[in-house]
Amino acid sequence: MQIPLILQFVNLLASLLLLVVFAMLAQRRILSLINLFAWQGGILALSTFVVAYSTAQHHLYYSAGLTLILKVLLLPWLLHRLIRKLNVRWDVETLINIPTTMLVGIGLVIFSFNLAAPISQLSEGITRGLIGIALASVLLSLLMMLTRRKAVSQVVAFLSLENSLFFAATSATQGMPLVVEFGIALDVLVATFIFGIFFFQIRETFESLDITHMEKLKDD
Amino acid sequence: MRNPEQILGIIFQLTQLLLVVLAAPLLTGWVGQCQAWLQNRSGAGLLQPYRVLNKLFHKDAVIADNASWLFRITPYIVFGCMWLAAAIIPIIAVDLPFSRAADVIALVGVFALARMFIALAAMDIGTSFGSMGARREMLVSFLAEPALLMVLFTASLISQSTQLTHIVETFAHHRFILYPSLAFAGIAFVMILLAENARIPVDNPSTHLELTMIHEAMILEYSARHLALIEWASSLKLFAYLSVGIALFLPHGMIEVGNWAGLPLAMGLLCGKMLLAGAGLALLEASMAKMRIFRAPEFLGTAFLLGVLGLLIHFLLGA
Repeated sequence: MQIPLILQFVNLLASLLLLVVFAMLAQRRILSLINLFAWQGGILALSTFVVAYSTAQHHLYYSAGLTLILKVLLLPWLLHRLIRKLNVRWDVETLINIPTTMLVGIGLVIFSFNLAAPISQLSEGITRGLIGIALASVLLSLLMMLTRRKAVSQVVAFLSLENSLFFAATSATQGMPLVVEFGIALDVLVATFIFGIFFFQIRETFESLDITHMEKLKDD
Repeated sequence: MRNPEQILGIIFQLTQLLLVVLAAPLLTGWVGQCQAWLQNRSGAGLLQPYRVLNKLFHKDAVIADNASWLFRITPYIVFGCMWLAAAIIPIIAVDLPFSRAADVIALVGVFALARMFIALAAMDIGTSFGSMGARREMLVSFLAEPALLMVLFTASLISQSTQLTHIVETFAHHRFILYPSLAFAGIAFVMILLAENARIPVDNPSTHLELTMIHEAMILEYSARHLALIEWASSLKLFAYLSVGIALFLPHGMIEVGNWAGLPLAMGLLCGKMLLAGAGLALLEASMAKMRIFRAPEFLGTAFLLGVLGLLIHFLLGA
């Protein structure tokens, strides 16, 4: 029952991560969405740091630093610049209304907690329960991608999905090799750049970032 | 025959009762003062609620012709309910004689009883504002109540008891444990506190703008001593809610019955916590805008979901 204080802290951070994903799911404004994404990155960096400290794995420190630079500073800055250039500070339009989305989200959390329970039994120590939270965050990010209509918020959802996966990796398997992490970080950065270019292309072609316009392509 | 311990318990109980009923308007005054400072006003001072109560008690009550007995007794019932709630909650000392009488579920019931009477009294007069306010109040509260229960259940699951005394003892006197589930419960509780006490994102206590008011619309017909009792009850309710919050999330420093030496320290800690909580409440209100009434279900739905999430996290992590 009693687990060391530092692991309790990791559990707390995991819960906060889930909380932030829920807040993103409920968020209507795109600016706040990006700020929440930055918070998520911050929590991720802190939890990676704490895991690095508690398991004495030095390469996780680099990973935490990388997360801090990339996901708290660089990516939110890029996204802020993007929405300023695209002039898209409007309210996010969701396909299903927000309370329904939240209810579906709770269902997903219950599902993933149930799913992860047997896995948690197998693993030892630090990872107990964290897999469930990470899985729930992944599914919630997927849900956010499904329910958002605007391309920018879908990209934020995608990045949040990547964050959740990263959290699962650090907490469950105690980190990937540094090379892999560098690769993923680079991939995400490049993906964001490409998404940015895509946004401009989408807007030029369809005069809107609303992806429902893309469905009309076949009619022409 | 009463043994000395029981008498001591009753003395502590009475001390707490008197303290709460006298200090509750002070808390309201402090929140108002903080809000005034945040809005760059000089404010009416900490004692303003007392002056208002004094003024109201010296006036002659005017009661509508078609008011029934329900309208007359409601202020007394509401005041009594809030005072009883403040007696149940451990505020300065745990394990008071009254606290065994009711657990957290009964506490929610006491709040519900007061709310039901005030809504009925608002409808009793038959003015359109009264019934509109009553209906809105019920809309807000029927959503807030399950959320509040979820928060209390999370704390009850951790401490294995629905008695507030046991909850406080579990949190305050055992060794320090971080409870992630309580983080969720805490946020949910703040949202419920704002909604239940007619605070800004849901209702505005200082408005008389007909389209937005909820609580004020219900008590429009009251005057003089009746209004004074209802205002006082509102202060008591805010005090009781903050006390529940302190008991659940920040219970350190509460004393046992009969610990006279610890009493000044406990009082000081309580004052400090209340000052902080009041300032935090004012800051929270200053940073938010009033929501449309139709957003209130979403706001409280979020609180409920956070409460449920807290429960789920508790089951998953066992903390």
